[in-house]
Amino acid sequence: MSSGDAISPPLAPAPAVAAAPVAAGRRPRGVWAIAWERFRRHRLALAGLGVIALLVVLTLFAPLISPYEPNATDLGSMLEGPSRAHPMGTDELGRDLFTRILYGGRVSLAVGFLAVALSVTIGTAVGALAGYFGGWLDNGLMRFVDFMLCLPTIFVLILLATLFGTNPVTIVVVIGGLRWMGTSRLVRGSFLSLREREFVEAARCLGAGSGRIILRHILPNSAGPIIVAATLGVAGAILTESSLSYLGLGIQPPMASWGNMLRNAQSQLVRAPWTAIFPGLMIFVTVLAMNYVGDGLRDALDPRKSEGSARR
Amino acid sequence: MTGYLLRRLLQAVPLLLGITVVVFVLLRATPGGPLSGYEGDPGITAEDVARLRQQMGLDVPTPVQYVRWLGAFLRGDWGWSLVTRRPVLEMIAERLPNTLLLMSVAFAVSLLLAIPLAVVSATRQYSLFDHAATLFAFVGNSLPTFWIGLMLVMIFSVGLRWLPAGGMYTLGEPFSVADRLRYLILPVTTLALSAATQHTRYLRSSLLDVIGQDYVRTAYSKGMRERDVVRSHAFKNAAIPLVTVIALELPLLFSGALITETIFAWPGMGRLFWEAAGRVDYPVLMGIFTVAAGLVILFNLVADVVYARMDPRIAYR
Repeated sequence: MSSGDAISPPLAPAPAVAAAPVAAGRRPRGVWAIAWERFRRHRLALAGLGVIALLVVLTLFAPLISPYEPNATDLGSMLEGPSRAHPMGTDELGRDLFTRILYGGRVSLAVGFLAVALSVTIGTAVGALAGYFGGWLDNGLMRFVDFMLCLPTIFVLILLATLFGTNPVTIVVVIGGLRWMGTSRLVRGSFLSLREREFVEAARCLGAGSGRIILRHILPNSAGPIIVAATLGVAGAILTESSLSYLGLGIQPPMASWGNMLRNAQSQLVRAPWTAIFPGLMIFVTVLAMNYVGDGLRDALDPRKSEGSARR
Repeated sequence: MTGYLLRRLLQAVPLLLGITVVVFVLLRATPGGPLSGYEGDPGITAEDVARLRQQMGLDVPTPVQYVRWLGAFLRGDWGWSLVTRRPVLEMIAERLPNTLLLMSVAFAVSLLLAIPLAVVSATRQYSLFDHAATLFAFVGNSLPTFWIGLMLVMIFSVGLRWLPAGGMYTLGEPFSVADRLRYLILPVTTLALSAATQHTRYLRSSLLDVIGQDYVRTAYSKGMRERDVVRSHAFKNAAIPLVTVIALELPLLFSGALITETIFAWPGMGRLFWEAAGRVDYPVLMGIFTVAAGLVILFNLVADVVYARMDPRIAYR
């Protein structure tokens, strides 16, 4: 019969909800609306969100924005500084840097987001199972997490990249596969506390199976920290990808990625510093924006903060 | 506590073994390998390759190789590098002090930066200094380490020619502290900047938590000066999570900041790994991995113990 659908509780307590103005006949605002309101108050976080959105749009519409092909070499104009024809200059093969930044942005952003999507999925699955079922499963899974945590990450990263090749899919899997442990601990903690709550008991009484309880009831309530971790994770993943590409193990040329553009730029550092400055700047701006967004989200979604508290 | 310690140590052994197995198998699965350079080389016959393979011990099945390696490893024989033919233990022991030097100086500098920044930032929350410090922390966190390194080299080595771009000391010259310092400055700055931002953020938010507590308010209301409150109460308590974080970062002291070492041509463990990985030098890689993983496990344990000692509220069954 009904499997506890009606009993989806609001996020933990209520100073925020209680403080929300309830005009006559108007429903109290939902949790996400409140969070959005709080997020909006962080100007830096909003700015960060705007920057990310702008970057995504720019990189998606790269072919429409730039007349050049990212891999089109033009040996007549190698290593030219920024000019009207080439807003960010050209690299050592005469390729327009601005175009490569846009196309490279596609790759770097995609790898970042996908790697985090993967790591959040794995981490949530592991954490949810461990936290909900406890006992043997919990022990076993946590041992596995400990094991993964003991692997010296950067070494394993390099090893795996050397082993399995350097196509973008592998990179995503490698980065994502080494990042999920933090999320799993977070989710496990959250599930451990939430599974004792009354709404879970009620759902069980109404006949909800474990799967339904996990997905439909507990998970939405754990979503806050997961979202924050995911956002900050994207920042980290982009940094990791750029480090890998810089070492030569990430995305391979001629495909552009901000990291391998920096690698190429190393030898031109003196003659053409813009080849290093612009890609680095893009990485910096993106990661900074994500960090601010994550910070804003953390404040916005934290149920312990009352409505009126100022930003930390 | 002793029971807990013993249990953790006992658990650590299979963990470490497991890691060595996984790494060993992974390494053997690598398509390249120390002999791959010889394939297709007309100067080397198939028998030569087979002989080399047998000399390197690569002709037996992987599990046998692993057991051989394990037995030798435990007896202190870490094998010989397949590339340089030198004992692995010697190579690691040679590079280890360099990495230690670099990382410990960087760590110290980072803490020297982070602690005052965080303390002032937390005690003067929302002030200009606080905003500036937080901005610094954010910015530093968002810059890739290698980019910081590159920019530093560009400015100070290439542009201004004040500092050397790489290496550890001037070749051919007698040992001098000043010389070593010159070579240390850039890599240490690169590492310390990244580390300091993390430490500042951590310590600041931890201090803010503590300062909001009741006992701090009591201390103030007793008339204690801010400086004393911070020193005797706030900082000590706020330092606890920071100590844990540092203890967990300590293994990095040994595995070294690989990228920084590569940029600055610093002869350390991180670079050793990088070189070995490029040539798939199994024994060296196994040695480094085992050391690094062992240290991670050890320092996890140390972190837990220190945390328990510092915070009397924690009791381990």
